[in-house]
Amino acid sequence: MSVTTESQATARTGLNRIGLSKNDYRGRPTTLCQGCGHNSISSQIVAAAFEMDLMPEQIVKLSGIGCSSKSPAYFLNRSHGFNSLHGRMPTVATGALVANRALLGIAVSGDGDTASIGLGHFMHFLRRNVPMVYIVENNGVYGLTKGQFSATADRGQKIKRQGENPFLPIDICQLAVNMNCGFVARSFAGDPRQVKELLKAALSFRGTALLDIISPCVTFNNRDESTKSYTWGKTHQAPLHDVTLVPRREEIHIEYEPGQATLVELHDGTFLSLRKLREDYDPTDREAARRLLSEARSRQELVTGLLYVNPDQPSLQETMGQVERPLTMLSESELRPDRASLDQIMQEMR
Amino acid sequence: MSQQPVIDPALAEATSASPIVNRFSIVAATVNGSGSQTSNTAIIRALFRMGIPVSGKNLFPSNIQGLPTWFTIRVNEDGCVAREDSAELLIGINPETFLQDVAEVPPGGVCFYPDHFTEGLDRTDVVYYPMPVQQLLRELDPPKELREYIANMVYVGVVAEILGIELPEIREALLTHFQGKAKAVDSNMAMVEAAAAWARSSLVKRDRYRVERIDKTAGMILVDGNTAAALGAIYGGVGFAAWYPITPASSLAEALQDYLPRLRRMPESGKATYAVVQAEDELAAIGMAVGAGWMGARAMTSTSGPGVSLMAEFAGLAFFAEIPIVVWDVQRMGPSTGLPTRTSQGDLMFVRYLGHGDTKHVILLPGSPRECFEFGWKAFDLAERLQTPVFVLTDLDIGMNLWMSEPFDYPEEPMDRGKVLTAADLERLGTFARYRDVDGDGIPYRTLPGNEHPLSAHLVRGTGHDENAFYTERPDAWERNMERLWRKMETARGHVPGPIIDSTPGAEIGLIYFGSTDLAVREARQTLAGEGIPTSGLRLRAVPFQEEVEAFIEAHRQVFVIEMNTDGQMRQLLQVEFPRQAARLQSLRKNDGLPLTASWIVAGLRHRSE
Repeated sequence: MSVTTESQATARTGLNRIGLSKNDYRGRPTTLCQGCGHNSISSQIVAAAFEMDLMPEQIVKLSGIGCSSKSPAYFLNRSHGFNSLHGRMPTVATGALVANRALLGIAVSGDGDTASIGLGHFMHFLRRNVPMVYIVENNGVYGLTKGQFSATADRGQKIKRQGENPFLPIDICQLAVNMNCGFVARSFAGDPRQVKELLKAALSFRGTALLDIISPCVTFNNRDESTKSYTWGKTHQAPLHDVTLVPRREEIHIEYEPGQATLVELHDGTFLSLRKLREDYDPTDREAARRLLSEARSRQELVTGLLYVNPDQPSLQETMGQVERPLTMLSESELRPDRASLDQIMQEMR
Repeated sequence: MSQQPVIDPALAEATSASPIVNRFSIVAATVNGSGSQTSNTAIIRALFRMGIPVSGKNLFPSNIQGLPTWFTIRVNEDGCVAREDSAELLIGINPETFLQDVAEVPPGGVCFYPDHFTEGLDRTDVVYYPMPVQQLLRELDPPKELREYIANMVYVGVVAEILGIELPEIREALLTHFQGKAKAVDSNMAMVEAAAAWARSSLVKRDRYRVERIDKTAGMILVDGNTAAALGAIYGGVGFAAWYPITPASSLAEALQDYLPRLRRMPESGKATYAVVQAEDELAAIGMAVGAGWMGARAMTSTSGPGVSLMAEFAGLAFFAEIPIVVWDVQRMGPSTGLPTRTSQGDLMFVRYLGHGDTKHVILLPGSPRECFEFGWKAFDLAERLQTPVFVLTDLDIGMNLWMSEPFDYPEEPMDRGKVLTAADLERLGTFARYRDVDGDGIPYRTLPGNEHPLSAHLVRGTGHDENAFYTERPDAWERNMERLWRKMETARGHVPGPIIDSTPGAEIGLIYFGSTDLAVREARQTLAGEGIPTSGLRLRAVPFQEEVEAFIEAHRQVFVIEMNTDGQMRQLLQVEFPRQAARLQSLRKNDGLPLTASWIVAGLRHRSE
């Protein structure tokens, strides 16, 4: 399959359609280890936002605490951001995006942040369907505290100080599918093209879009036998499909053999093209997603791609019947009821 | 009717000789979950509508159904409606506690009891009135599912008849209670009227107590502090509220949910100009508020002690990252789970320093529902002006009990949104650093997400940061930042509500107090003045304190700090802030879970005044 896109053409001039260069999307220099998967993901966030012509000022970045959560400093300098508390990012994000629904949320979390200390908040965030791209940079280890097992570490995995991990890992995508998250994808930091295309699709999705990205820790967990290592990822990655996001403004020139590709329309009118690598997989079938994840888990296979998608769920703001305008933009007269209404209430309390 | 207790003839004569009008307390001893709250509220409202100052204190168990509960109602035509230590009139409905309840009736008092009770009826210094609850139920035959609730209306009717409470006012009170639902009002009122008619024909009044219509509640309202707080927040423009259920704070968030749909929807679309989220826990509730406050919405959460414990982490973040939020703490008894349904002022020290490191918070201390309303909107102004969490500490007594109040004043001042720079401001200034102390008051300027000026964006963080919000470990940057935060707290003194001082010329005793003890302290001061012990009063309304507090301490030979906790926490805070006065502050404290009484304060001061 090949897709001709205008943005690829404009990218050659150095500026995108809103006149920004890729530099306008970059962040401060990273302080993470050289070769860390997280840096590669930051680069793809920069690339995806640039290629999608997003206004960086209309994006907010959120994170918790940990190596991954430092990374919002390393992309989108022109976006406001909040590097919050360990495991609590989903709560800050909920309040922030409910208060200003016009902003596009991109959150970066880690496996300690999301699957251990913040597991409860994560589940409730999915349950409420807060529109946001939720990236988990998953390496199975606590890096910033120098190498302890996280809740996504493999059973039997060995690390220097703690020996062998006796517990089964938590599968973040399985949890997300079970919570009926409308966009569940898995990728591998060593596959930047797929990361970027999934990011673009997630950015077009209006609901919680979960990306669990296996992002090897080069310092504490890059042993060949770890399922969160580069070697394992490269040899065991089984992509479901080639993912391509087709922006709305572009005429669709997709070459595919009938039966070989699935087109999913997202909220902003863009199309997600999924060229099947596995004949039998339908990403709109929640039961199929469950089965696939369960089988992959037992085979210790890294299935990547869009695992489940369902755009037809109301967002939290819709569920609550909020005004279209951001709550932060309301005027004083819209926020403070009039004098007569208070007189009426006082009358009722006599 | 089963038994007519024999009344001591001497008592009968004494009690009929001098009627006591509009000046007594009633305690209704009932079973939790039996609907007695409706009956008690109807009595309070009816008395209030008759122009008689009244209060109601619900002493309830942490239980939904079955455990004993005591509801005390005090009427006092001088307006002294703090709780009293004992009640002259007992409505004894709960068989499990009846013997004890009867024993606590003071001599000359009154006991209303269901006529199937057979024990505890032998006091000769108490007037007994039997109530034929079963008989009246049989005659009226209400629907089975309502029987228990309607049964509680028997005592409303009998007590009304004996004391002289006007039945039409009880009907009006029930209309308010059932929000105008005629069917519910009618079925309850039918029993009230039947019971009153029975009492009229079958009982002879032999006690001294009665009520008479006066005109001391004209223009006033009856309200609980949690409802007042919610309304204050709404008229303060609350944009976002998150909460987790907890006694005694839940009704604050529930009042938000009751009133917001009516007051804060767009006229045409009906869409909400607010959001209320019931969070998964208190960590999340405050975290969401922090997110919304960061965005620029007026954000709040409401909780009680155990919830505050969970909020410590975010309280520190919001202090350090300088995010405006408002946190209501409706205090109950601690430590730990403590007594969820009893009142206390025990969170003061914890909240003042909530968070690790050098965290400090601004605290507001409303003394009545009326101040809950006022501080409800002012807290947002303060939080946004100071860019810091503002904690509002009330307690179960203010929060959940019905208080008489002057009507609330509509906020006359425009909202103070604090130092927020727009894109146009940034264009004009040409420079911006989030944490720079431009004005020397410790309060920096902020920009809100959504501001599209290229200078606007920064990464908010709980990690060490310099003026530009960049991460830094430089020792000088850390010290500069903490000194600025200290300066900001000094600035706060000039913004928070000052104390209410009532000086008596020549008084050598000064009383410092705060919150729900106001009525009890005022009554105690009246009593003491009558005994020749004049006192001055200072009611604190916020932490940090102002200079006039120190001046008040200096101006009195003896200064007592009155509070409802075991450690004398307000005294400790005053000692920290005014070290020169530390040794001069004496503590008068009680922490038994019940609202403070004037007689306890009087006894304490009589004993200790020199």
